[in-house]
Amino acid sequence: MNGSRWPYIALILLLLSAGIAQILHRHWVYDVPLLPGKSQVVWSVEARVELSTDGDPVRAVLARPSNQPGFMLLRESGASPGYGLNFIDGGNPVAEWTKRTASGRQTLFYRADVLESDAYELMPEPAPAVTESSWPEPYASAVGQLLALAHRTSADNFSLARELLKAFAAEPRAQHVELLISEFDQSLPQLLVDMLNKAGVPARLVYGLRLQDGRRQQQLLPYIRVWQDNRSQVFDIPLQARNPALFDRNAPLLLWEQRGEPVLEVSGGYDSQVRFAMIRREESTFASVANRLSDQHELLNFSIHSLPVEEQAMFKTILLLPIGALVVCLLRILVGIRTSGTFMPVLIAVAFIQTSLVTGLVGFLLVVATGLVIRSYLSRLNLLLVARISAVIITVIAIIGLFSVASYKLGLTEGLKITFFPMIILSWTIERMSILWEEEGGREVMRQGGGSLLTAVVAYWAMSDPLIRHLTFNYIGVQLVILALVLMLGTYTGYRLLELRRFVALRHE
Amino acid sequence: MWRCAMSKLAFRPLWQALRRRLMLPLQLHQAGVLGMNARNRLYISRYNPRTLYPLVDNKLKTKRLAEQAGIAVPELIGTIQSQHEVETLGQQLSGIPAFVIKPAKGSGGKGIVVVQSCEGDYWVRANGSPIMLSELKRHASNILAGLHSLGGSPDVAIIERCIQFDDSLQRFSYEGVPDVRVIVCRGYPVMAMTRLATRASDGKANLHQGAVGVGLGLANGQALHGVQNGLPMMQHPDTQEKLSELFIPQWQDLLVLAARCYDMTGLGYLGADIVIDRQHGPLLLELNARPGLAIQLANGAGLLPRLKVIDALAAADLQRPAEERVALCQQWFGAGHPGAACGMEDHFESGTDRL
Repeated sequence: MNGSRWPYIALILLLLSAGIAQILHRHWVYDVPLLPGKSQVVWSVEARVELSTDGDPVRAVLARPSNQPGFMLLRESGASPGYGLNFIDGGNPVAEWTKRTASGRQTLFYRADVLESDAYELMPEPAPAVTESSWPEPYASAVGQLLALAHRTSADNFSLARELLKAFAAEPRAQHVELLISEFDQSLPQLLVDMLNKAGVPARLVYGLRLQDGRRQQQLLPYIRVWQDNRSQVFDIPLQARNPALFDRNAPLLLWEQRGEPVLEVSGGYDSQVRFAMIRREESTFASVANRLSDQHELLNFSIHSLPVEEQAMFKTILLLPIGALVVCLLRILVGIRTSGTFMPVLIAVAFIQTSLVTGLVGFLLVVATGLVIRSYLSRLNLLLVARISAVIITVIAIIGLFSVASYKLGLTEGLKITFFPMIILSWTIERMSILWEEEGGREVMRQGGGSLLTAVVAYWAMSDPLIRHLTFNYIGVQLVILALVLMLGTYTGYRLLELRRFVALRHE
Repeated sequence: MWRCAMSKLAFRPLWQALRRRLMLPLQLHQAGVLGMNARNRLYISRYNPRTLYPLVDNKLKTKRLAEQAGIAVPELIGTIQSQHEVETLGQQLSGIPAFVIKPAKGSGGKGIVVVQSCEGDYWVRANGSPIMLSELKRHASNILAGLHSLGGSPDVAIIERCIQFDDSLQRFSYEGVPDVRVIVCRGYPVMAMTRLATRASDGKANLHQGAVGVGLGLANGQALHGVQNGLPMMQHPDTQEKLSELFIPQWQDLLVLAARCYDMTGLGYLGADIVIDRQHGPLLLELNARPGLAIQLANGAGLLPRLKVIDALAAADLQRPAEERVALCQQWFGAGHPGAACGMEDHFESGTDRL
């Protein structure tokens, strides 16, 4: 026994030392802070351009963001095998990809790292010429009345724009607004610009992104830039179709394009689209500068950050899973809590991260309780296993749909987050709980269900802790340390905490 | 200084309450208690190769294996392997008044129907309720569909002859089967208990469902110590019989039978469930590759010191015949155990004091 333990101990020591060495290396050499918060926020935003081609010469031009209020452009890069790529600076910064022949679906990447900073103004730009538009009746008079009202209650161009947008956002909607919205539903942003122009206010549509950590597959949204002499301001447009559970109005706004030029121009291709992924990171000021100066030691600087942003955003969650697994190990091996399904609590905890704890708990209990009631009816039908679980999955989806709609109608947008729950996992939970109920009784269901929820909540706390999130994402070495800890736990043969109570009758007097 | 004293005062009652309800790990170790982690890692995964599990997870396989090895089991009347064989149930049961139908992969006593007598065109179950052939057929069909097996996997129904309990045990059980669980480590029986069904356990002999566990002295099969739900127990809660009068007949044969299960399966850490039949003596009901830890509570003693003795055995000791292994265990653990040493009556007296 003793002889065979050496490889095991050596493995653990190796993992621990490799993990700690990687952490220290990254800390000292790359100056990644060990604690969150002592650093500046850097957003990596990645544009993913897709287009189809038929063998013709291809030219794709994508607008690039530049310094603006709130952000400083740190570094940018592009990737797309076989393409010539040029960053063209000047009045309109763009990235231009070119290729003589290309066929099939093409994917082009452009990535910008921007630092949150207040050092810059909007790109200076002379006010555009005011264009004259006209509308047929009855829209013309609706526009006229709204503009007249906004004009009366404002002092300059900015306040006029604000008043006009307020009129569109007000609930309940005025009759004129209702009329215009029903007619110009899709082209509402352009209508607003035209209206402002009508009032003699220079205005233009610009495109930007609200930066929210870990978002993928995002599209640019239009905003209105309004000029007053040489100064200009950017306004949000109300009434756009946005998922209220996902959209954060207070997230920082990055204008991708500040002048009203097209965002993407493609020749030689069709079906083009551009999607954005973004991720938040903290870097010390020194590291931002150092990285900007040179990326020579890319191999040594082994980190998730060398991946495309879209994959990074995914890894941010994936790298937290070992923390959840460690919590499960601790609670089961050291404490002796029983859970239904070994790692089900971790998946529930991941869902909690997206829903927030209270919403998640309430949603989980509602879905499982309703599911158990329906499952008790299914069990009377005496179905075969696979059909029964399929039926449970379908009912779980129906329950989730029902709760989403009901909560939305009641004005609880929090309720929409219930869709983040992993439905297959929920169905298996219901199935297992229901079998447990039939075989062992309600007490065992409460014990295991309570144990699972407790584990999920502890895992949630661990996984949403800012320090732990910071460490797991910035230091790959943490994973090795966790692996070593789990291996050590795997050989623990001491007592569990709950066994101290279970065997109390065996105390020698 | 005074704050320290204050906090001591405030925490003392809490600390004492905790001390009453909890044991320190050191105390548990001194009592020789085997914990769940140690059982899983040091005994089950060390001594039980995974490939051997199917032998004990399927009762039909265990039964066939036992018959080959010459280990006594309840007589097999027949099996029902597929739905179309359900129709043959009537023929298989004709002329048999007492029998048991159970699933091969059931666990925890689920799906077992005990029939004790035949009254013309219907049978009478152990709890006195009548049961028709059509109901038995439906039950068999449910077993095949996997209603009672783990995870709902398809299963096989086993029909075997009903056990005639020894009279001495009849009065200690409410409805169910009083069986004897023996923990066998590397062929050496180290600890034993009997589980008595109660009204609270709904006729089932599972300790966590409220059955009474009674530890048995390895030397003579006499009761040592009884527990229900982790609390000491003097008499059966339903039949009011004094547990101290309980003893298992044909004890020596029973232990030898349990010890031979190791030779039969190769599993180094197993729980053998054995019943005593009036005519046939000890019969092997089923084997368990992951036996629970509650047997320590029923015996009022930890498994660890005994398992340590077995761990230290040389390879040659494992080759001894079963009778010799049993004799060695009785010599090592029969008298050395504090409960056995002070005599059963004394032990129960001290138990009363504690209550």
